[in-house]
Amino acid sequence: MDDEPIVRWYWIGDHLGYLGHLLADHALLALPPVLIGLLIALPLGLACSRFPRLYQPLSAVLNVVYAVPSLAVFVVLIPYTGLATEASVMVPLTFYALAVLLPTTVDGLRAVPEAVRQAATAMGYGPWRRLAAVELPAAVPYLVAGLRVAAVASISLASVGALIGRGGLGYLFIDGFQRTFPTPIVAGIVLIAALALVVDLVLVGARRLLAPWAVREKGAGS
Amino acid sequence: MNWLTWLSDFFSDPEQHSGPNSIAHRVWEHLLFSGEALLYATVLAVPLGLLIGYTGRGVTAVTAFAGAARALPTLGLVTLTVLLAGVNDTAALVPLVALAAPPLLVAAVEGVRGTDPDVRDAARGVGLTHPQVLWQVCLPSAAPTLLAGFRTATVQVIATATVAAYVGLGGLGRYVIDGLATRRYAVTAGGALLVVLLAVGAQLLFSLLSRYALPPGARPGRRGR
Amino acid sequence: MSTINRTRRAAVLGTLAALALGATACGSSGGDPLGGSSSAPAAGGASASGTAAGSGGSGGSGSTVVVGSANFPENVLLGSIYSQALKAKGVKVEEKFNIGSREVLYGQLQSGNLTVLPEYNGALLAYLDAKATAVTTQDVNAALAKALPASLAVLDSSPAEDKDSLSVTQETADKYGLKSIADLTAKAGEFTIGGPPEFKSRREQQFKDVYGLTFKEWKPTGDTTANALKDGGVQVGNVFTTDPKIVQFKLVPLADPKNVFGAQNVTPLVNKAGLDATATAALNAVSAKLDTAGLTALMKRVAVDKEDPSTVAKDWLKSNGLG
Repeated sequence: MDDEPIVRWYWIGDHLGYLGHLLADHALLALPPVLIGLLIALPLGLACSRFPRLYQPLSAVLNVVYAVPSLAVFVVLIPYTGLATEASVMVPLTFYALAVLLPTTVDGLRAVPEAVRQAATAMGYGPWRRLAAVELPAAVPYLVAGLRVAAVASISLASVGALIGRGGLGYLFIDGFQRTFPTPIVAGIVLIAALALVVDLVLVGARRLLAPWAVREKGAGS
Repeated sequence: MNWLTWLSDFFSDPEQHSGPNSIAHRVWEHLLFSGEALLYATVLAVPLGLLIGYTGRGVTAVTAFAGAARALPTLGLVTLTVLLAGVNDTAALVPLVALAAPPLLVAAVEGVRGTDPDVRDAARGVGLTHPQVLWQVCLPSAAPTLLAGFRTATVQVIATATVAAYVGLGGLGRYVIDGLATRRYAVTAGGALLVVLLAVGAQLLFSLLSRYALPPGARPGRRGR
Repeated sequence: MSTINRTRRAAVLGTLAALALGATACGSSGGDPLGGSSSAPAAGGASASGTAAGSGGSGGSGSTVVVGSANFPENVLLGSIYSQALKAKGVKVEEKFNIGSREVLYGQLQSGNLTVLPEYNGALLAYLDAKATAVTTQDVNAALAKALPASLAVLDSSPAEDKDSLSVTQETADKYGLKSIADLTAKAGEFTIGGPPEFKSRREQQFKDVYGLTFKEWKPTGDTTANALKDGGVQVGNVFTTDPKIVQFKLVPLADPKNVFGAQNVTPLVNKAGLDATATAALNAVSAKLDTAGLTALMKRVAVDKEDPSTVAKDWLKSNGLG
């Protein structure tokens, strides 16, 4: 280790294709669970905002899920999802995403002032139209905030999957560690942070498109 | 009913009752790592966050930095630290501090910025110095946000400290990793359950704190967030 | 008060619900969840790997051979050699490297999720039969043939051996005049011993019985055993004889006169159903050419020169007329 430089630049140059392949694999492992989590969180959040009694036990369960160490979940699920398969990593990540997204969805749906809701009803909006035209748009800033947290966490956590044989860029950590070779580890950390940054920027851009008012509101904050 | 069998196997196995692999010792190691990491993260992040929130300078930069820091993979940091610094407690602390600092930093910034500007102006108006305003006005009003930040950081650190076992460090992750390696599922399940219990315990502690330890005006109401 | 009670009740409920979910979910699989035979959802793995070896597929040349490897670099290198030797003979291959320990991989091989594993005959026998006494290559392989279930088989062993060793630092060896494991008798009680997490359960009793050694403490140092030796966290460590860290950190593998560590020839362990004659011949051809010196040289390129295992494997196959 003493003579080993932190980064052997030539290794990075020689492995651009390999790193690109791992990066794509990592994105495919980490991001679909966030989308699936959102697809589950929306109806579930809706149910929770309609039936508040549902929310507390559900969020307590998800709080517990969030506290389970990711590695343990990966291990627990191996018999159902197989070792070193996509599912063995993606199923747990979906639960983590859901644990983040459900509270933000509920907060978002609750964010509409009661007066506005009543006004929409008074204007003859049915529950579905009110949902689509008033409540969901109002929830967008909350949803995007939740998605940002969930996406970054998912990208970071997916690497732990390397310990059960499927972790995208996480493989670089194990490989580098076993060969006392910091270069792949550094490359993996940088690429994971970069991927998270790009996804974050995309989400911020999406919020500006979908809910331009939210940006102004934040920009003019105290 | 397998879960229950595994758990009872784990908790009744004499191997987990004494010595360095005992449950008490592993829990203690886990809490020690987590506590130390939170302490360092607090010292690093909270004063900085209070200052930035008070002056309003660099808020955007801090938010962006904290977002990026959240993406740092613990497994990557832990393996890198071991290669660079050897197998010791630092190797577990660095990634855990990196994990805990961003939510604390953001919470401190947001908490101070959330103080009612009129109240701040009034405090200046009655002759308080800037440090006094920060200490006596902004800090109490930031307390609920800060506490929520501590809660997030604590749960994350407790859950993630598990990964430290991969590089041969102690804590409850030992059970999870060793159980996987030796195919003794009861050990993995037991370790995971203990981590969850610690994390849930920490969450309860924080709800108690936010109920009783906060200044009366800052306690969460019916719909406090 | 009521808020707290509610929060606490909710949290307790949550824990119970999560446990209940786990209980019902896991209840369906029965037995050891990492085990192979009962793994219904192997379908997930099988569809991903495109083979149905576990369900009795005849394993014609059309099916995919899944080569796995354990989580250490030499095993990845060997897996890569096997995989590329198979590809060179036109066999369809999928690689699942760096997955876990023998305990995990063996179950996956039994269930047919993996077809080929680079194994070490002695270690495999010790795993299957803790009371096995065979030490020579021939005896070990004969015992293995009996110990393996009908679905699995070992192919030809290579002369290459990567043995476990108990190693100490050069400094420790000089200070206490240690050359052999037998020399540890006087010092074992003061020494902490390190190795992979499964090392203690595999070996503690053996060292007591064969050499009369009782160590002060067993530390699961995993992949960091050599580092822990260097840093002084442990005084004795279980390091593999072809591990380049032995050279890098100046470690001394102690002799093993009573053969606690028996023969450890690199040997392909296979699920018979997933392998045809072409594939078998390709793997046996690898074993015929691989020796310890060659393997250590390859390991130096992988671990010290940081070359990719796949590149090193390709070079070796080419220079031996197999690639």
